[in-house]
Amino acid sequence: MTEHAEPTAFAFDAESEAKITTVMAKYPAGKQASAVLPLLDLAQRQMGRATGSAWIPRVAMDVIAARLDMPPIRVYEVATFYLMFNMQPVGKYHLQLCTTTPCWLRGSDEVVAACRKATGIKGWKETSADGLFTMTEVECVGACVNAPILQVNDDFFEDMDAESTEALLAALKRGEYPKPGSVTGRQTSAPEGGPTTLTTLNFPSTSAGAE
Amino acid sequence: MVKVTVDGIVVDVPPGSNVLQACEAAGKEVPRFCYHERLSVAGNCRMCLVEIEKAPPKPFASCAYPVNEGMVVHTDTPMVKAGRAGVMEFLLINHPLDCPICDQGGECDLQDQAVGYGRDSSRYTEAKRAVKDKDLGPLVKTVMTRCIQCTRCIRFSAEIAGTPELGATARGETMEVGTYVEMALTSELSGNLIDICPVGALTSKPYAFVARSWELKKTDSIDVLDAVGTNIRIDARGPEVLRVLPRLNEDVNEEWLADKGRFAIDGLKRRRLDSVWVKRDGKLQKAAWTDAFAAIDARLKGVAGERIGAIAGDLADAESMLALKELMVSLGSANIDCRVDGAAIDSTRRDFYTFNTSIAGIEEADAILIVGSNPRREAPLVNARILKRRRASRLPIAVIASPADLTYATDNLGDSPDVLASLIDGSHPFAATLKAASKPMIIVGQGALRRADGAAVLAACWQIAAAVGALSDAWHGFNMLHTAAARVGALDLGFVPGNGAKDVAAMMGGGVAAQWLLGADSLDTARTGADTFVIYQGHHGDAGAARADVILPGAAYTEKDGTYVNTEGRVQRGQLAIYPPGEAREDWKILRAFSGYTGKPLPYDTIEALRARLEVVNPVFARLDILPRFGCTDTSGPSAMGGIVGNGKFVDAVPNYYQTDPISRASPTMAACTATYVAPLQAAAE
Repeated sequence: MTEHAEPTAFAFDAESEAKITTVMAKYPAGKQASAVLPLLDLAQRQMGRATGSAWIPRVAMDVIAARLDMPPIRVYEVATFYLMFNMQPVGKYHLQLCTTTPCWLRGSDEVVAACRKATGIKGWKETSADGLFTMTEVECVGACVNAPILQVNDDFFEDMDAESTEALLAALKRGEYPKPGSVTGRQTSAPEGGPTTLTTLNFPSTSAGAE
Repeated sequence: MVKVTVDGIVVDVPPGSNVLQACEAAGKEVPRFCYHERLSVAGNCRMCLVEIEKAPPKPFASCAYPVNEGMVVHTDTPMVKAGRAGVMEFLLINHPLDCPICDQGGECDLQDQAVGYGRDSSRYTEAKRAVKDKDLGPLVKTVMTRCIQCTRCIRFSAEIAGTPELGATARGETMEVGTYVEMALTSELSGNLIDICPVGALTSKPYAFVARSWELKKTDSIDVLDAVGTNIRIDARGPEVLRVLPRLNEDVNEEWLADKGRFAIDGLKRRRLDSVWVKRDGKLQKAAWTDAFAAIDARLKGVAGERIGAIAGDLADAESMLALKELMVSLGSANIDCRVDGAAIDSTRRDFYTFNTSIAGIEEADAILIVGSNPRREAPLVNARILKRRRASRLPIAVIASPADLTYATDNLGDSPDVLASLIDGSHPFAATLKAASKPMIIVGQGALRRADGAAVLAACWQIAAAVGALSDAWHGFNMLHTAAARVGALDLGFVPGNGAKDVAAMMGGGVAAQWLLGADSLDTARTGADTFVIYQGHHGDAGAARADVILPGAAYTEKDGTYVNTEGRVQRGQLAIYPPGEAREDWKILRAFSGYTGKPLPYDTIEALRARLEVVNPVFARLDILPRFGCTDTSGPSAMGGIVGNGKFVDAVPNYYQTDPISRASPTMAACTATYVAPLQAAAE
């Protein structure tokens, strides 16, 4: 664990509580520990809303343990197992860079380099000085057709290259949030240059996220 | 039964057994790390591979594969051997080659199995991983780089100790076993983690770098630091006890040992009484045995028998208590008592003061009422049995005592005895629960009896047992949980005041002119009469010795052959592992020598003769290691001695688990535990 300040208190807010009610209803009495994953996710999202940094402090795990009547260590085990749960503070935009083979073959190295250049971040799991960005290397995110992928928080930005990465990060710095999806303008994961099958169907054209 | 063939040997095993158990039944050794008979099956070390005919052609982890009728298992095929060698090679990839500086060396499963099943050399040349050590408190030392992640410790702490604090965090290459949040383990059974760890990841902190297992002389004995009567093995080198390990006894401690019995032994080397002391001119001075005997004899001469008293302490063996009792008889005194804490125990019938259900019998119970006791602190292994039963059956457990975390869910019925009446007359809802149970248990602790209305509380507890049907021909559900190893033996010997004679309270405050204390240290010596002549016979310079006029150095439990009766009434025998230090002698010999000095020798010259005398005094002493279980044929209960149940709160009999007797009070390890575990709680309570 790296050093970071742990908050001393955590409580679910009204928005989270409403969702918890729905989540808990899915599990029979005595099996409420099954809700640990959704509750960890809700805690992380609430931290993102409240502080701009979506992570799970230890006190939140303790709150969840008490809530679900399970020993705290069982929550720690689950939370540390899944890489999607951030155990330390992250930037407002969590850049999750896929470097697995398909993305790597399609140029993830240049996307990584562009991110480093634009944010000034040197290693992995580090946060930029302005607190806006954290870079994390992730394994295959399951969108290889549109490789390379740069995932920002929950959204995939696809078909990235150095230029589009820089443009995306510049937009984020300006406080804009470009439309997720393929940045080359292709329709979902259809071939470049447009569909080669089902061409008689008329789709509304998709606009590129960033030029 | 299911018929299984293992390497050509046909065995019958119960349905639901796993293949590993079938292999054991056939006498075939199967290597394993994660599998442990008393823990849930994890199946993650993959060391116990076997080949099974007519199953998919691959090696199977035998611990996690159930047997089938007609199954044919092979444990020595080339596939099995190659599989195990491969697993071993992977386990050793990240295991450091530090056996020469590892305390587990010589008794390490990994070491043994690497020799037995591994390759002759390593092919691994890449970097090994290293893991940061964890601070688990004053008892368990960690070298986490050695951990092979078998998860036995995680399962033990959750399933047996009931304190789920250990876990495996992160995953893959970064997975670590630990508490995540740095903390000391809060279990009273944490020492067992050292035993179940198959490698040197968890070792004993006080024993670190002390000795190698093959240097030690091993002596089977009995633990006396609580009243469970845990079967132990004392490992000694020369004049020093270096460690204590549990021995297997399914009926008492299974294979566990509570932390005090394991770690308090460094107290055996400190504050010892190793020479004779006699008070001259108001000051204790070293003396010879004959001087001490002369001083005692001179002082006792002319004192009437009823002005002499004897008190037996919590750690005394039955032999020395009998010798003391008979010495008092020859001095004309019936003022003897073993209830140092003033507990109102009725010794007129044996089932009034023993744990009649038996410890193993807890596993048959289907409802438990605990009165005035915190079994977790008073007898951690009894508590572990209750937890085991609770995990197996979810039986209802209610407690009338100050609220405490007993590691299982309980119904708290308050902390004062005024609820007892409603349990007797059946108006309390838990009375119905007990009545509905076919094998209910009532456990009465010493905290319920050490009070002015103790006799009335005891009588009330018996009445509850009678009212809810806990006393039948086939089931005795009345149980007394003792905290002192000597107590039941003393009661069996009749080490209680004779008719009209003085008990402990009456012997204090000048009630007698002379007191013979046999290791009695829990007395409030401030209340001893100013003119009372105190003879202290014992092994530690504790409260009793501080007030003594003559000190006779005795032997601790590791230094003498002694008979102890545990809280169940099970007679067990400890053996001498090392000799007493300096001038100290075995306690019965001291008493025998003094009786010879006075010219009225006790009629035994050998311990065999003394033990023969024990059997005459009470035939139960002939039933060594055997505990017959009796039902209750006479439901008339102990006398309330005219008292009525009050409403004062129950006070815990053991406020600090780690320091209860002269040995643990002298132990630096127990002092460290007190500072770690007890002091913060006391500070928080204030």
